Amino acid sequence: MAKEQRYELRLYVAGQTPKSVLALKNITKYCKEHLEGRYTIEVIDLLKNPQLAEGDQIFAIPTLVRKVPEPIRKIIGDLSNEERVLVGLNIRPLVKK
Amino acid sequence: MRANKKQLFPKTRTGIEGLDEITEGGFPKGRPTLICGSAGCGKTLLGLQFLVKGIQEENEHGVFMSFEENAKDLAQNVMSLGFDLNQLVAQKSLRIDHVRIERSEIEETGEYDLEALFVRLNHAIDSIGAKRVVLDTIESLFGGLTDAGLLRAELRRLFQWLKDKGVTSIITGERGEKSLTRQGLEEYVSDCVILLDFRVVDQIATRRMRIIKYRGSTHGSNEYPFLIDESGVSVLPITSLKLEHSVSSEIISTGLPSMDKLFSTGGVFRGSSTLVTGSAGTAKTILASYFALSSCQRKERVLYFSFEESPEQLIRNMHSVDIGLGKYSKAKLLHIHASRPSLQGLEMHLLLLHKLIRELKPRTVIVDPISSLITVGSSSEVRAMLVRLMDMLKLNGISALFTSLRQDGKNNMPDPTEDAVSSLADTWIRLRNEEFSDGRVRSLLVVKSRGMGHSNAVNDFVITDKGVKMKVYQAEKKIKQKLTL
Repeated sequence: MAKEQRYELRLYVAGQTPKSVLALKNITKYCKEHLEGRYTIEVIDLLKNPQLAEGDQIFAIPTLVRKVPEPIRKIIGDLSNEERVLVGLNIRPLVKK
Repeated sequence: MRANKKQLFPKTRTGIEGLDEITEGGFPKGRPTLICGSAGCGKTLLGLQFLVKGIQEENEHGVFMSFEENAKDLAQNVMSLGFDLNQLVAQKSLRIDHVRIERSEIEETGEYDLEALFVRLNHAIDSIGAKRVVLDTIESLFGGLTDAGLLRAELRRLFQWLKDKGVTSIITGERGEKSLTRQGLEEYVSDCVILLDFRVVDQIATRRMRIIKYRGSTHGSNEYPFLIDESGVSVLPITSLKLEHSVSSEIISTGLPSMDKLFSTGGVFRGSSTLVTGSAGTAKTILASYFALSSCQRKERVLYFSFEESPEQLIRNMHSVDIGLGKYSKAKLLHIHASRPSLQGLEMHLLLLHKLIRELKPRTVIVDPISSLITVGSSSEVRAMLVRLMDMLKLNGISALFTSLRQDGKNNMPDPTEDAVSSLADTWIRLRNEEFSDGRVRSLLVVKSRGMGHSNAVNDFVITDKGVKMKVYQAEKKIKQKLTL
């Protein structure tokens, strides 16, 4: 995997629920740590755009979708387990100091 | 629709033949109904039919949320039933949402809920103003996600949400080992639970349906056979087992003038049932054909169920005794339906009879021979079936003729069909072969004929290439002689 691989992530939420807020906080933190400068996170609120749920086959909230790189991966839940999120997204963690 | 019933307990008509009768008006309006059953028993089809009929007959739009098949497959599956899902989707009266849960591409971490499913459903319902919703098969969620406790809580919330939304919904569930559904959905959906069953008895497959519960409403509690054919699901309707039908005093000919003379009225009543019994080769089918012919000549449609001969064979054979049925068959006045009795179960035969009668609206129905059905059912079943059939015919004012093969040589044993039918039939004609040293003579006796005088003579007859020739009066004289002695 090339080091400059970009990540396009999408986080589906439904309003500002605690779980959604926590999920956004978590993924932002992991991205800053491991993907600095080569990621985008798009937050989609299904209460505002319900028609978008069908396209990505979303049924649970919150759901994080990795659009790029392919194949599409989904992680559901508040993303509190960093290791599982990184494995799920196939992100190689940077060696900690 | 029944205004009274509506106030008592609002129901939504399913539009499925027979189902509205056994549920006394349909599914509970604005509430979820659980339909459970093993694989291949027709749950998905029933759900789709509920939606399609809702659109076609009640102008109620529907949402189908599928957890198994995608929209394309669904549309293909029911195309053969004449349901054009794609068109309904295009005209925005139906919406199909396929929820695909791919275990391999989903990772779970931390807390979540199924709010997105609610959002999707809500959006689908609101976008077309749906009144009916089908969730097929929601238990698939349990296969895709690991947190069963959370799923249960969410499903409970979903069913409550459906109620609050005021949509009439069907939730399908796979039959479990010990409970009705694998995940015990019946605990949550408690308003109406229907079980579908598909079983094979004596190598003949039958589908049955039972209403396990229906809160707040009376309902039929038996097992009802149902059929899946080219027009979808239909349930065997319970005909009112009451003797309330209106009667006609119009007389119709039996088709054979010399036989008409045996009745003081010159024929049998319209809408009555006639039974012709006799052993092999006593010309039962010929008499049945005369009956059919006379109906055709009156320009009244005939439905002829033949369990022994194919339509062409029947027409050819009857032609040999100068009964010309061919032209009426071509003119669609005579409809011959031939099938083997063992092709399907007894109820299926009955259901088919019902269906054909409803479609073709005949004035005359002939079942030749009704005794063949004995081979596919126990005698109590046969009797119940015949009662239902006769009730249905009477209710519709259809003249009927049944033939029944009598087992000769077992005279001590009452013949099961004769036993079952003779008390139900209005007119009973018995045919006999009498063998003499130099040949045989066929004879005919009117055993009974309700509501009219009839001959008490045993009338000899012969079959010629010009038809049946009967010697009526000779025998009548003999009896008079005996009586005066």
